[in-house]
Amino acid sequence: MAQDKELQVREKKELVSKEEKTAPARYYVPTTDIYETADALTVVMELPGVEKEDLDVKLEEDVLRVEARIDFSKYEGLEPLYTEYNVGHFARNFTLSDRIDQQEIAAQLDDGVLTLTLKKAKAAQPRKIAIT
Amino acid sequence: MSITYTDPFHALFQFQQALDSFRASNWLQSSLSGTGTFPPINVFRKGDDVVIITEVPGIPKEKLSIDVKGNTIRIAGSKDAGYGDKASVHRRERLSGSFDRAVTVPVEIDADRVKAECRDGILALYLPRAERDKPRSIKIS
Repeated sequence: MAQDKELQVREKKELVSKEEKTAPARYYVPTTDIYETADALTVVMELPGVEKEDLDVKLEEDVLRVEARIDFSKYEGLEPLYTEYNVGHFARNFTLSDRIDQQEIAAQLDDGVLTLTLKKAKAAQPRKIAIT
Repeated sequence: MSITYTDPFHALFQFQQALDSFRASNWLQSSLSGTGTFPPINVFRKGDDVVIITEVPGIPKEKLSIDVKGNTIRIAGSKDAGYGDKASVHRRERLSGSFDRAVTVPVEIDADRVKAECRDGILALYLPRAERDKPRSIKIS
């Protein structure tokens, strides 16, 4: 679709959280798309540099919590010369309005992008009413 | 200043501060050529060599093209953050589009030995410094 549009740089947003972390390192807010289909809510999050093992997705009550850690030991031995962005762990929470089927959450991580498919609970799905 | 990890709780913070202090440093001088500004890059030194790291989440290897000519590196490609037609959008923050960026580094690089690695949305380019460009120590006789 938007193949001809030139891609702009989106400056990383630092996380401003109500809860503070004990360690002073900065967290960032992952860029996220959320869309809804008839039977599911899909959350797409950009988490560059995050490996599967360092990803933590939780659904408590109606709050979806995603925390992702980067392995910055990969930067060991590298000496910065010129930088345009910073790196850090990622965290973001969402309060879900729909009833989600807790048993049916699918997560996939490809090329640094996490796709969460949250199936809606049966009661929350739109029902088609047959007119007789 | 190289990164060392003595205290794991402070290490990341120190690293973040180090990255901040090199924000748009003048190392690349005016040689930041090319058209676009995407993807944002971080440039590091590793021994004699130069390493460029950039974040390209959601862009598969096949959509990226890297060219090297002289000491100029061109990173081009496109990103598609689309979704199905039947979806209703709650939040749209990810951007789609194409990009084309060229970076000229102020050291001579060995174009034949440039290596590119792309994993988990991070693209790393290893630019080995050309042998003839390396400083030689002169023995005083």
